[in-house]
Amino acid sequence: MKELIVISGKGGTGKTSITASFAMLAHRPVVADSDVDASDLHLVLSPKVREKHIFMSGHQAKIMEEVCCNCGVCLPVCRFGAILPPSPGDGNDTCRIDPTACEGCGACVHACPMDVIEFPERQCGEWMISDTVCGPMVHARLGVAVENSGKLVTTVRQQARRIAEEGDHPIIIVDGPPGIGCPVIASITGASHVLIVTEPSVSGEHDMERVLNLTRHFAIPTSVCVNKWDINAEMSERIEERAREAGAQVVSRIRYDPSVTWAQIQQRTVIETDSPCAEDIRRVWKELALQ
Amino acid sequence: MILAVASGKGGTGKTSISVNLARVLGFPVQLLDCDVEEPNAHLFLRGALIGEEEINIAVPEIDATACSACDDCVNFCQFNALASFCSTPLVFPELCHGCGGCTLVCPRDAIREVDFRIGTIKTFVDQNITLKSGCLDVGVSLASALVNSVKSCLDKGVTAILDAPPGTACPAVATLRNVDFVVLVTDPTPFGLHDLKLAVDTVRELQLPFGVVINRVGIGDDRVTRFCTEENIPVLLEIPDDRRIAEAYSRGELIVEMLPEYRACFERLWQAITREAAKGGAR
Repeated sequence: MKELIVISGKGGTGKTSITASFAMLAHRPVVADSDVDASDLHLVLSPKVREKHIFMSGHQAKIMEEVCCNCGVCLPVCRFGAILPPSPGDGNDTCRIDPTACEGCGACVHACPMDVIEFPERQCGEWMISDTVCGPMVHARLGVAVENSGKLVTTVRQQARRIAEEGDHPIIIVDGPPGIGCPVIASITGASHVLIVTEPSVSGEHDMERVLNLTRHFAIPTSVCVNKWDINAEMSERIEERAREAGAQVVSRIRYDPSVTWAQIQQRTVIETDSPCAEDIRRVWKELALQ
Repeated sequence: MILAVASGKGGTGKTSISVNLARVLGFPVQLLDCDVEEPNAHLFLRGALIGEEEINIAVPEIDATACSACDDCVNFCQFNALASFCSTPLVFPELCHGCGGCTLVCPRDAIREVDFRIGTIKTFVDQNITLKSGCLDVGVSLASALVNSVKSCLDKGVTAILDAPPGTACPAVATLRNVDFVVLVTDPTPFGLHDLKLAVDTVRELQLPFGVVINRVGIGDDRVTRFCTEENIPVLLEIPDDRRIAEAYSRGELIVEMLPEYRACFERLWQAITREAAKGGAR
């Protein structure tokens, strides 16, 4: 079973539109969206949710305000600025935890001499298994201002693998997140192939080089595709050169095509429309030779 | 004024708006690139690199001669950064969040903390702009710790613009926490609208005043505008879809310098921000 992850470094290069098209082109894929804090793939593939699961991960400190004696021992212990000192003016007579800043480390829980800091498990979002015209889809939604996006990504990929194994699906196609940090690392470790979709700009070039370093760091076979290449042909050339030097496979370019947005508005994948760039995307899929 | 420029969706124009706005202000401004995974603001400035600082977090180092292999630290660590093998625990610094909890729980004081590098902060100066650019080391996952280090460079008396990472997860939240006003940048597409709604949920959760900039107006439909009207969110600026902007951006050029007719746009944006910030903006 193969697993293709589509990432970009820079956001907004066209990952999701291209991934959705691949999902349509692939033979019996399982589709997954590991961009858990700003997922968009479902807007095009219109999944019908079959199962929904709550995602619990890590813990969160919570001061029992009615019994806290305000000794302040916890204040200097927290390195994340998550403990707010009392501010009687606002009606807060005891120390409180800012849940958006709490890292869930438990240092304050250990330090509290009165044992009045609770440490419940934290609900960080939800994940779903759905049906789409292309096949089963695993997707998720991270809660607002919570931690653990990497673990939610890992859950999404594990579920996609399970479904692929059980249903004998030959390929998993994953729409990945932007960046190079925790959710990206969780998205690509152990994948069989990564496609980096970039754009011909100084930012696209800079970000592709960083994300290429990451895929090299994890020794994952990587292809690079320049989307909207005709915005700056010279830069497209330069990016492809850099990608080759770094040992990546360079696949065909995709032209800038305003009708990609119209496909989005009609909730269809680009290859289902008469967008001129549909043939470019088909060519890229063929060149990836994953099936 | 500490202003953050954020978005749910990537590639909507956060960096473009941050750098161009910083330039038209004319007075000294700090620009903080908090998109530490993929910092880009420096690509649009021509100024000199005047400094680079390594950023570390404190990770445990265990003195094997003092350790009794009680595993208290292993059991305490929420991030699996310590692993037990029936002897002195092994440390996995790349999993450590630097909370220092293991040093607190160790009954034999066998743990001291050592530096583990997560990235750098570079300082550039270009005319009125002092840029602090956070850059996460490749392979490191602790983006929000570096964001907090970048924010600790803030000089309170000087206007600051924070270029946020995309999304609504920890690094974006770390950027937004305690700013005075948030500009959410979106494009008028279904993806843009969907991710704008997530970003709006996030700034509301953080109880921050905010307004919206709609970029590339003309490429999609009017649902973003309708959403803002329904939710009483001020639209601070609309930038038309103009291929010349995309081309200037692709070369690393400032819109306000290459296409001076857009200068007034960014000046109006600043007026709108200060006006809305004074009113408290949408919340």
